[in-house]
Amino acid sequence: MNKQRRDVLKYSAVFGLMAAAGLISEAQAQAWNKAAFEGKSLDDVFKVLGSAPEKSGAVTLNAPDIAENGAVVPVGISTTLKADQLAILVEKNPSALAAMFFIPAGTEPFVTTRIKMGQTSNVYALAKADGKWLMSSKEVKVTLGGCGG
Amino acid sequence: MADPMRVRATESGGVVDVKILMKHDMESGQRKDAAGKVIPAWFISTLNVKAQGNDVFNAQFGPAVSKDPFLNFKYKGAKGDKLIVSWIDSKGDKRTDEATVG
Repeated sequence: MNKQRRDVLKYSAVFGLMAAAGLISEAQAQAWNKAAFEGKSLDDVFKVLGSAPEKSGAVTLNAPDIAENGAVVPVGISTTLKADQLAILVEKNPSALAAMFFIPAGTEPFVTTRIKMGQTSNVYALAKADGKWLMSSKEVKVTLGGCGG
Repeated sequence: MADPMRVRATESGGVVDVKILMKHDMESGQRKDAAGKVIPAWFISTLNVKAQGNDVFNAQFGPAVSKDPFLNFKYKGAKGDKLIVSWIDSKGDKRTDEATVG
């Protein structure tokens, strides 16, 4: 009787763990794009994304002209297009791609975050709409690098 | 287990504005310690936000996202929506927090 009870407890614990594991893989449905994040240059990343983006006035990049602290540079992207993916790239960082965002229907193609910049560089905002990548860019001057130590 | 996130979500005109502040060192893999050895990269790699059980936002970060990452996005939703925010870092650590849209 007692042993049976303990067995039941044991099994429910195992099933609980399995359920938790299942939840995690669901959250990871979009597997981390290793190839894109390991691309060193802009071209490396564009190659992984499929095509070189075209310049477009419909993509807006919000970034400061001068960043006093390269460790915390506020960057925002928004677009008037129906974009389902957004990305932020920094040309002169050790790896160009900083972050990628997946926008499901019902979510606005808008995001703001904070990134690190090693030195003064062009920052690129990319948006994917109708299977095509579009971009706009801006130079951000960095007075104190955020990558070295 | 990592430190909790701060999630603030407010609804206005049918659009929910979500701000998330995660607590993570986001080690870039470029820095060196006192002995001159490179500190290995350690950063949040994927983030998922669900509202009422449906995906509303997914993000993938590289090590170039700032320490204690901040995110702001907007989705069509309502007051009282239940948000579940979870991230996984490059070492497999994870953290999930919940918030209610106010």
